[in-house]
Amino acid sequence: MTDILQLNDLENEAIFIMREVAAQFDRPVLLFSGGKDSITLVRLAQKAFYPAKIPFPLMHIDTGHNFPETIAFRDKLVAELGLELIVRNVQDSIDQGKVKEESGRYSSRNMLQTTTLLDAIEEFKFDACIGGARRDEEKARAKERIFSVRDDFGQWDEKNQRPELFDMLNGEIDLGQNVRVFPISNWTELDVWSYIENEDLEIPSIYFSHKRPTFVRDGMIWSAADCVYRDAEEAVEERIVRFRTVGDMSCTAAVASHAETISQVVAEIRDSSISERGARIDDKRSEAAMEKRKQQGYF
Amino acid sequence: MEVLKIATAGSVDDGKSTLIGRILYDTKSMTDDKLEAIERSSKLKGYDYLDFSLATDGLVAEREQGITIDVAHIYFSTAKRSYIIADTPGHIEYTRNMVTGASTSQAAIILIDARHGVIEQTYRHFFINNLLRVKDVVVAVNKMDLVDFSEERFNEIKAEFEKLVEKSNFEGRQISYIPVSALKGDNVVFKSTNLDWYKGATLMDHLESLDAEDVYNNGKMRLPVQLVIRPKTEDFHDFRGYAGKVYGADLSVGDAVLVLPSKTRSTVKDIFFYDKKYGKAGRQSSVTVTLTDNVNVSRGDMIVKVDEIPHIAKQVTATVSWMDAEKLVPGAKYLLQHGLHKVLAKVQTIHHKIATDFSGVETGVTEVSMNDIASVTFQLNKAIFFDTFEENRTNGAFILIDQQSNHTAGVGFIEA
Repeated sequence: MTDILQLNDLENEAIFIMREVAAQFDRPVLLFSGGKDSITLVRLAQKAFYPAKIPFPLMHIDTGHNFPETIAFRDKLVAELGLELIVRNVQDSIDQGKVKEESGRYSSRNMLQTTTLLDAIEEFKFDACIGGARRDEEKARAKERIFSVRDDFGQWDEKNQRPELFDMLNGEIDLGQNVRVFPISNWTELDVWSYIENEDLEIPSIYFSHKRPTFVRDGMIWSAADCVYRDAEEAVEERIVRFRTVGDMSCTAAVASHAETISQVVAEIRDSSISERGARIDDKRSEAAMEKRKQQGYF
Repeated sequence: MEVLKIATAGSVDDGKSTLIGRILYDTKSMTDDKLEAIERSSKLKGYDYLDFSLATDGLVAEREQGITIDVAHIYFSTAKRSYIIADTPGHIEYTRNMVTGASTSQAAIILIDARHGVIEQTYRHFFINNLLRVKDVVVAVNKMDLVDFSEERFNEIKAEFEKLVEKSNFEGRQISYIPVSALKGDNVVFKSTNLDWYKGATLMDHLESLDAEDVYNNGKMRLPVQLVIRPKTEDFHDFRGYAGKVYGADLSVGDAVLVLPSKTRSTVKDIFFYDKKYGKAGRQSSVTVTLTDNVNVSRGDMIVKVDEIPHIAKQVTATVSWMDAEKLVPGAKYLLQHGLHKVLAKVQTIHHKIATDFSGVETGVTEVSMNDIASVTFQLNKAIFFDTFEENRTNGAFILIDQQSNHTAGVGFIEA
């Protein structure tokens, strides 16, 4: 038996939040993308409820443009931990005529996910959706609450947010509303990586250096995959790269890297001079790109 | 990882966002892509300097008006620890945001424009830090470049501020004064030759020297139960664990405890953190505790040590900071959330409003409006187990929820 419990402020806060979700809501769900942030959330949920099982399902909104490595990883994790996984597909929303596929050079299914997500929330009557967004990622996210209320249309009213004082989380909502919950709000990218290293968590292989057919556009390295639009003159070349975030293949740029282990990744992040979302093509659309997407109900 | 949370408050043009931008820039916490975005925007606006405020004002409305509306959180770290800055607007109509930002902070930076000195807003910023019992207050006298880096001017402002301090009642606090120029970078991270007469630490060196231990969580051990964990699996058939965060002081295996409100006595059997057992749980740790006896415990109950019973009452008087457009009036009913425990509360008496400039109280008031601070007594439908805010910062505060809108309408700091 160890004598004293060491403090990790961020982890203790996140576990507290997980437990508040389970206690205050009837139908919570953990939004799982297969990325490092949602993998961290799963570990925190395990810790929060041990020795009981995680008392809510995971849900993945699959754009159909995910990295195959991520999907394989997702299925393995769910099977190993005996978790319930719900998958809803953007392709179905397209087939139902609810959203239209973007076309052209910068087309992506990233925006289309919102419709699929909101439909799934309605279908399962989820009242709380746990997400891995962090305040340090992007300036509109810096204003986000830990319990962030969404109206019946899934919209975020950023000018009328509830104040959050001390540790007290107000989860009171009306029927039809839901709360987006962000347990790792106060973590930075480096905090997440250090946690993954300390906890020895498994992550998808695309986070580590590998060889991949790619092309360069606007100074960024894009995956040469079928679902990514490419001009004839954009030449494909094998490069040694890794990914810092796991989004859609069409909106996530790679970075040149030789980091093959978690500790090499942590060292690389520590020295990096480009922010994580600097490799997100979707954020480059305008200065307020994220704020606009959030108002519409994005993650 | 050690974290120090700091709240900043300042008036619209004190250069608060510029100061934060300067800290990020000089500590190399700003990445190239963010810096490029700032250079681009600054050039577009025709500035011949870098407008760091663009790094913190995140909402479209804020960028349009050039002001900070909401609390923004900014993250950076040094070799020593991580910092979280809660950046709050300084205007009177954002008093509630300042209270919110200060509620989670261990230290505060109050900015003063060296040209204007102590102004009405400075009073309010200091008042709020005093009310919230923030231990370390750093008074950063900014724009020293615009007063020729004058030592005399700095001393004048310091003397003005000290008059304010005399009016406050919180003894445990420490106040430091630092002359800076956020725009030019003097004394923020790097020592300035323009301010040779100032012998103290730079702002950043001073922050590094502060003690991150949240002293306001010092007090008696309080464990509010968030959840009862009953796995009902083969391995843990009879397991009943009480999950919650430990506040105030350590909790050890073997401690004699009481469960409130039933006042049932028991002993701590095991302390779990995930799948490991520990002999002792430190403050702020989220643990799961088992007891030696089969006690009836549910969410909202509180585990305390036997000889450290908090106040238990169906009536509380608190200093309330009001945050809702709907006014608080006598007879109004709210959901009162004290920690995790929710009870119904009815406004019994509004004693007085408290001026945020230390000028005294206003009696005979019949309503409390948004951004007002007032002393109010509430009747509760069930007893709560509380400490005064002075005794325990966490167990001495509550929020009031409007049952119609579900908004967090106010926060109370318990007086008695």
